Parts: sequence; C-alpha cells; structure tokens
Amino acid sequence: MGDSQYSFSLTTFSPSGKLVQIEHALTAVGSGQTSLGIKASNGVVIATEKKLPSILVDEASVQKIQSLTPNIGVVYSGMGPDFRVLVRKSRKQAEQYHMLYKEQIPVTQLVRETAAVMQEFTQSGGVRPFGVSLLVAGYDDKGPQLYQVDPSGSYFSWKASAMGKNVSNAKTFLEKRYTDDVELEDAVHTAILTLKEGFEGQISGKNIEIATIGPEKIFKVLTPAEIDDYLGEVE
Amino acid sequence: MSIFEYNGSALVAMVGKNCFAIASDRRLGVQLQTIATDFQRISKVHDRLFIGLSGLATDAQTLHQRLMFRHKLYQLREERDMKPETFASLVSALLYEKRFGPYFCQPVIAGLSDGDKPFICTTDSIGAKELAKDFVVAGTAGDSLYGACEAMFKPDMEPEELFETLSQALLASVDRDCLSGWGGHIYVVTPTEVKECTLKGRMD
Repeated sequence: MGDSQYSFSLTTFSPSGKLVQIEHALTAVGSGQTSLGIKASNGVVIATEKKLPSILVDEASVQKIQSLTPNIGVVYSGMGPDFRVLVRKSRKQAEQYHMLYKEQIPVTQLVRETAAVMQEFTQSGGVRPFGVSLLVAGYDDKGPQLYQVDPSGSYFSWKASAMGKNVSNAKTFLEKRYTDDVELEDAVHTAILTLKEGFEGQISGKNIEIATIGPEKIFKVLTPAEIDDYLGEVE
Repeated sequence: MSIFEYNGSALVAMVGKNCFAIASDRRLGVQLQTIATDFQRISKVHDRLFIGLSGLATDAQTLHQRLMFRHKLYQLREERDMKPETFASLVSALLYEKRFGPYFCQPVIAGLSDGDKPFICTTDSIGAKELAKDFVVAGTAGDSLYGACEAMFKPDMEPEELFETLSQALLASVDRDCLSGWGGHIYVVTPTEVKECTLKGRMD
C-alpha cells in the first residue's frame, strides 16, 4: 500500500485513513512485557511481568505499577519512560481536581483527562505518540472500574483485559475463566495463572508485580512476600 | 459609602430538620435611590442546591453566570449534580482567583447533602468558607440578621416552623436597614419538594 510514504509524519493521514505512527506505537506496546487487569465484584486486580535485563539489577528499585490517587492505580505495557511522564501528568491532574473541588477525582474523569493528554500528542507538531497502553484500576462511588487507554487516546472499560507480548493467549485464557461474580481473592489467583501461561522461566514474587484495590478503596501494591503467598496458594 | 453597600442586600439561610430555608430581600438600589423591588438574589443550581449572592449586583450577576457555566459543564462531564460541599469549594476557588481584584460579593450557599443532610455555608469576598450548623447571613442587613436569627433559631425545626422563623427574622432585620427590604423571597427545601414564597413586609 502507499502507507509507507505517509509513515514519517504523525499529523498526516495515510490514504487508507490511518495514522501510521499510532499503528507503530501500538506495535511498541505489543512487544512490551505482558500486563493484565481483572475487575471483580468487590475490587480490581492489576498485574504485570517484571523481567529485568540482568540479575544484577536491584529488582526492589523497579516499580512498574504506580498509584495515581489513593484509590486509583495504573500499570502499563510498552516504554517505561513514557509511562513515567503520563503518571506524572495524571497525578497532577488528579491533585488539581482535588484542590478545586476538595473531592477525590472519579475514575472516569481521570481516565478521560489522561486519554486527552495522549490524544494531544497525536495531533501536535514535533511530538510522537506515547509508546504505552495503560490499564487504570480504581474504586470510587460507582464501584470497581478497569479502563484501558491506548496511544491514540481511546479508552475502554473492561471486565478483564491484557496487553503486551502474550496478549492473545492471555485474553483467551481470561475469557474462559472470567465470571461476573468473581471475588477479589479469586481474581488475584486468575491473574497469576494468566501470567504463568506465557511466562518464560520460574515465576516468583520477585519477577511479577501485583496490585489490588478492594472495597476499602485503598490501592495497594503487594509485597514480594505476599505475592509468594498467593503463588503458594495457586500451586 | 462602601462598595458592598452600593446596591443593598439581605441574605440568610437556616438549617431545619432534614430541610433548609434560604431567604433574601427584594430591593435593588443605587445608593439611596430604589431602582427595583423585585430583584432576585437567590438562584437554583439544581433541585437540592441554592446560592444567594449579596453585595455589588453586577459582580453578583457575573459570578452567578460563571458558576452556572462551571456547574453545567460539571453535569455534562460527570453525569451527576454537584454536591453542596463540592460547590462551596468551587465558589471559594473562583473567588480566590481574584484575590487582588475581587468580586464584591458575599455568597450564601445552601443545599441538601448526602443522606438528605442540610448544608449551609457562606464565604467572604475572597473565598474564606464559613460552615455553620444553624444559620448564615450576608448583606447590608447582616448585623441585624445575626441578632434576629440568634434570638429566634431553634434546632431541628420542621419545614413549616422554619418558614415562619426565617420569614420573621428576615423581615425584622431589613426593617432596621434602609438599604434592604421591599419584601422578601424565601425558599424552603425538603428532600421531596421546593416551596417558593414571596413575603410582604414594609414597602420602604
């Protein structure tokens, strides 16, 4: 197709109606480490692989799952540095909302504003799209929610979703095992099993990250010891 | 004459049992000349939230327009009405934006919060919130209103008694203030209905 002639500039449509740079950004996401999220009846769990480039890296210093507010957290697949920029911007937006309204920002509003930032970078001159897809997990007055945000700025609410390298296997696995009334504890087990499906090597509390948010509305990243306990239960 | 006394106003809100009432006078003046006797100082933000703006009428109008703008956008984005506490924080933020060139208004905010709990609050012209459990007052008749409300207020009044008490307090106070009066507007709000009445007082 004549698409390749239009792939240099983000702000030019190709004849097939695509923005080729965004397609490339999605490819960058697709080759990132697997991450997934599951919405339970009483909470949300998000998890990701934490494959480090060498055993010499201090794994305790790497934290791929971040909280945006006390009741909203996020995980990504794709380019880590781009993720850090988005986390920073989202945290600022959440705080600005709180400063104005003295109320915690609802999950949908924060997702919408983060997606708007990502969209800005697809329609401005001299910038490139973010090379990450985000999974935002939160618990507010509307209950537990899980959103995926793509480099194009589109966002979707999911009951369960996966991104990154192993996405098709992981999604098939989740489709089979997901039920609407699954509880948070079971959802954590399902998340671990899904990660295990495509995991190369021995899974342990040091090479995956899991975070949950339950009815008490506090976003919590599990410690490696807690992850090992769950792994023990799953065996 | 101070800028806050240019147009003249009287505003008061009072808490009852699972209800609240907010009342204002109806005079709009230019210093000592009366221009209108049917001026609306209180407006509805939504069915469970009212705001009254005392002070300079032009600033009250502009501030009101800005607040309605913000609230309508909030309703569209968040698909819900603003809680009274949230609205009060918004009013406070908007007023403080103009810290060194303020709106010459004193707002009175009254609404029903979660669980049908009545919420009233006033702020000064640069956004310092004052939450109260019984009543809040504003306007040129403010000092008289404080006295009248303090004397007549009882906790947990039913809507009918609250209406009587607030009407009497308002009419008594504006009679001691030459810049406010010419009757009154009163809204009594319960979880199920909003009652709006016009009061007849001394027409001077």
